[in-house]
Amino acid sequence: MSPLLVANGLHKSYPQGRSLWGRARPAQSVVRDVSFHVDRGETLGIVGETGAGKSTVGRMVLRLVEADSGHVSFDGTDLSTLSPASLRRMRQRMTMIFQDPFNSLDPRMTLRAAVREPLTLHTSLGGAEKEARVRELLERVGMRQDHLDRYPREFSGGQLQRIAIARALAADPDFIVCDEPVAALDLSIQAQVLNLLLDLQQERGLSYLFISHDLSLVRFLAHRVAVMSQGVIVEQGTPEEVFTDPKHPYTRALVSAIPTPRPTRVSRWPAGFPAPGPSRPATERRSR
Amino acid sequence: MTDVLVEPEVASDPLAPVLKIECLNVDFHTIDGWVRVVDDVSLVVPAGTTVGLVGESGSGKTVTSLAAIGLLPPDTTRVTGSIRLAGEELVGASSARLSRRRGRDVAMVFQEPRRSLDPVFTVGYQIAEVLRRHEGLDRRAARSRAVEMLDRVGIADAERRFGAYPHEFSGGMCQRVMLAIALACRPRRLIADEATTALDVTVQKEMLALMNDLQDELGVAILFITHDLSVVAETCDWVNVMYAGQVVESTAVDRLFHEPRHPYTEGLLAAIPDPQRRRLQAIPGVVPAPTSWPTGCRFSPRCDYAREGVCTSGAIPLEPAGGAQLTRCARHAEIELKGVLA
Repeated sequence: MSPLLVANGLHKSYPQGRSLWGRARPAQSVVRDVSFHVDRGETLGIVGETGAGKSTVGRMVLRLVEADSGHVSFDGTDLSTLSPASLRRMRQRMTMIFQDPFNSLDPRMTLRAAVREPLTLHTSLGGAEKEARVRELLERVGMRQDHLDRYPREFSGGQLQRIAIARALAADPDFIVCDEPVAALDLSIQAQVLNLLLDLQQERGLSYLFISHDLSLVRFLAHRVAVMSQGVIVEQGTPEEVFTDPKHPYTRALVSAIPTPRPTRVSRWPAGFPAPGPSRPATERRSR
Repeated sequence: MTDVLVEPEVASDPLAPVLKIECLNVDFHTIDGWVRVVDDVSLVVPAGTTVGLVGESGSGKTVTSLAAIGLLPPDTTRVTGSIRLAGEELVGASSARLSRRRGRDVAMVFQEPRRSLDPVFTVGYQIAEVLRRHEGLDRRAARSRAVEMLDRVGIADAERRFGAYPHEFSGGMCQRVMLAIALACRPRRLIADEATTALDVTVQKEMLALMNDLQDELGVAILFITHDLSVVAETCDWVNVMYAGQVVESTAVDRLFHEPRHPYTEGLLAAIPDPQRRRLQAIPGVVPAPTSWPTGCRFSPRCDYAREGVCTSGAIPLEPAGGAQLTRCARHAEIELKGVLA
C-alpha cells in the first residue's frame, strides 16, 4: 500500500526585511529539502531542538504555512494543486493538535460548541446526530456529560488537551499532526494523554506526525524517527537505529545528552549527616 | 579575588547544613481568605551537595524556594516556621536584611533566563552590579570580575561579550549569564528553580555539567527544583518529593529510584516514557488545588493502595521508612512498591 502522506523536497525561508540602506537582506532559510513519508497507522516522530524547523514542517504538511517549493501529497492527492475549497474538504481527513491547550481552544466556546464546530464544518450531520457524536467523543477522551456546557477556563491543562483531541477527532480524520502535545503537561497527566493517543491509533488506525523536543517521548511512541537540525533532516530510521546506533554526529550529541531516570552521580551526601528527621516528635505520631 | 566568606557555624562543623528549613508553612491571601499552599515542609541542604525538590505544578515547590530566599510578597503571604541560613533565622527578618543576604549568601536562578535579565542593560553591567552592591567593588574591579565570571560560565570572548545585551544571546547563553550573576559573589547556596527546563537537551547537559563543576570548585550547596526526574537522577544527592504542599518522600537519590516508599513516587517513576514498555502507567485524576486538598492522605483519591479509614482520616505524618528514608504514607510498611530497574 502506498504511504498515506508523502512530503518531498520541502523548502521554506523567511525574508529578513531590508537593511538600514534599503538593501534586501538574504532570506533566512528555516527548512531545507525535507522529505519523508508517513504510512497508514504509523507514527513518524520528528525530533530536534529549538529552531530546528520541526513546527514549520508540521504546518507545511497541512498547508497552514505555504512551502516555497516541494510537494506534499496525501493519499495520492497533491495538496499544493488543490483549490481552497477542495483543500478545506481534504482538511477533514487531516488535522492538528497544538502544544498549548490554553491558547488553542476558544475561551468563549463551551466544550459542546468546540467539539461541534468541526462537525458543522466538515459533515452534514443533523442536530441530534451531532449532539450524539459530541457526547460520544467527549466520553471517549474521558470527559463527563456534565462538562458539556462548561468553558475552557474551568479545566486543567490535561483535560483541555483531551478536549483538543476530541475536537481533532470530530471529523474522523486519518492523520493528525501532534505538535508538542504534552510539553505543557505534568508527568502524571502527560501519561494519560499519551495513552489516549496510543489507544486511538489502535482503534482507528490513525497516522501521527509527532513533533517533539523530548527524545525519550519520541523513542517511546514513534514507529520511525526523523532527527532535524537547522532546517534539515539529518537522520531517519527506527527508534532502535536512531537511539542505539546514531550515525550522524548531531544525533549522537543529542542522544548522549538525554538525561536518563537512573541515578549516575557519585553521592556527595556527607557520611553520617543527620537525616532531615520526621515531621513531628515520635510521641505525637499516630499509632496503628 | 576575594576569599570565600567562611561562616563560623559551617567552619566549626562540616556537617552543619548551610540551609535548613523546618516546619515551613506558607499561606496565601485570596478572596476566600487565607489558603495554605505549603504545609509543614522541612528540608536540609548540607554544604557542597545538591538537594532536589521534585513535584508537579501546584505542589508548592516554587513557593517553598521563594520563601527560602525571602521573595514572597509580605502583604499577601504568611510564612511561619523556620528558615535558617547558616544559623541565621530568615522568617520574620526585615526586608533590608533579606536583601543583603540575597545575592551574597544565597542566590537564585529561575526558569526563564530572558525574563530574569533586564533587557536595557548589558549582561556585563548586570553581573558587575551585583559585585558593586554586595562587595563594594569600584567600577573597574567589578568589570574585571564580571568578565572573569562570564569566562567561567563558558561564554567565549568574554571581554567583548561584556557589552552585549540580553537579546543578542541565545536562551542557553542567557542562563549562563544568570548563573554568572548568581555566583558572582561566591554565595554558599544556590537555589535553581527549573533552571534548565526551558533549554534544549544539549544545552541542558552543558548547564548541568557547569553547575556541577562550579559546585566542586566553590562548594556551593544547591537546592534544585525541578519536575524532571531524569534530571534529578543526574544531579541530586538527596531528593524531596512534594505533593499538594507537603513533602511526601525524602530520601537519597538512588533509593528514590530503586526503592521508592511512597505510591506517588512509584506513580511518577512509572509515568516516565520507557521504550521497553508499550503503555505508560498514568496516575488517574489531577493534582488537587490548595482549596480542595483531601483530608487524610492528600494523594489517596489517586492512589491504588489507598484504604478507606487508614488513609482518609487524620493527618499522615512523615515517618522513617528504613534508614534515613522518610515517607508520608500510612501503609508504607504493608505495601511493596516498584522502582525503576537498575
